[in-house]
Amino acid sequence: MIYLRLFFEFFKTGLFAVGGGMATLPFLYDISTRTGWFTHEMLADMIAVSESTPGPIGVNMATYVGYVTAGIPGAVTATLGLVTPSVVIILLIARALRAFRENPLVEAGFYGLRPCSVGLIAAAGLLVVKLALFNPALYAASGKLSELFNWKAILLAAVLLVCTRYVKKLKGLHPIVFILASAVVGVVFSF
Amino acid sequence: MKLLWQLFLAFARVGVMTFGGGYAMIPILEREIVDRHGWATEEELMDYYAVGQCTPGVIAVNTATFIGYKTAGTLGGIVATLGVIFPSVVIITVIAGILTSFAEVPAVRSAFAGIRVCVCVLIFNAVLKLWKKAVVDKATLALFLGVFLLSAFFSVSPVIFVVFCAAAGILLTRWGVRGK
Repeated sequence: MIYLRLFFEFFKTGLFAVGGGMATLPFLYDISTRTGWFTHEMLADMIAVSESTPGPIGVNMATYVGYVTAGIPGAVTATLGLVTPSVVIILLIARALRAFRENPLVEAGFYGLRPCSVGLIAAAGLLVVKLALFNPALYAASGKLSELFNWKAILLAAVLLVCTRYVKKLKGLHPIVFILASAVVGVVFSF
Repeated sequence: MKLLWQLFLAFARVGVMTFGGGYAMIPILEREIVDRHGWATEEELMDYYAVGQCTPGVIAVNTATFIGYKTAGTLGGIVATLGVIFPSVVIITVIAGILTSFAEVPAVRSAFAGIRVCVCVLIFNAVLKLWKKAVVDKATLALFLGVFLLSAFFSVSPVIFVVFCAAAGILLTRWGVRGK
């Protein structure tokens, strides 16, 4: 029963992904590896689509994964699975909002959870880096070290990094601008 | 009934107008919730938002559930959440449908190969931003490195890391290791 499994997988993601949008990413990679519903390549594309369309990134990614896995009912099921734990938890603590926030135990838990969330996102990012900037398959076939690196992609990454972090006029721009520019570069230079 | 419908519409608008979630959502929430409907004060909104960040799940959804609940009870919480996810479900379903039918076109493949490079950079920037708030002393640096390396090189469910690190946060605080 694919819908039940989709709901369960996204319920788990919603329950354990702490820290918003990108925090769902490691869970999606984990789902991809275990179930084979979608590939790592598709996940990287989903991030781009989720960033370039309205709506919270976490919700967009759940809808996308659900749709790719099981069509429109899948999109709805995955999204509802993702938000169910949030709704239940918030309704439970809504009465004691301040008490929850100021609870020393909760605060101490989050002291440990924040670096965990960053570590998980960084590790998931590494998978995208491997996919986008390296050619492991080409290297395995030819054995030439120079073919391991996707030089065009690495150059684009360096340019984007400088533009998004150091160029004053560009770094405040919405990510969608950089995503579209990269798409154009990809087509023009046939990535 | 009218209030529930208003909640749904207001949060659907928040969903449509938010690109990327997180902090991008605050000015839009202010306009819809504080100025337009007066369902919460600015201070309350910041409180909800702060709690939304320190509960599991998507921040936008947590904030919607909170405001919905305060305005119209449990049903209000559910309706506001459905409102905030409604535009995503519609828009993404349409785009995913289009993309899956064009995925094999060579130009589309090249475009996405370029986009993936951009995604690397976006994730890197997100990690740096979160890092500043998360890695504040030696203990959090150790947790970050442990989770990063184990998760990058072994196939371990992220759930295990989350549970372990929450417990570690509590113990480290109790033992007074924190801040050193």
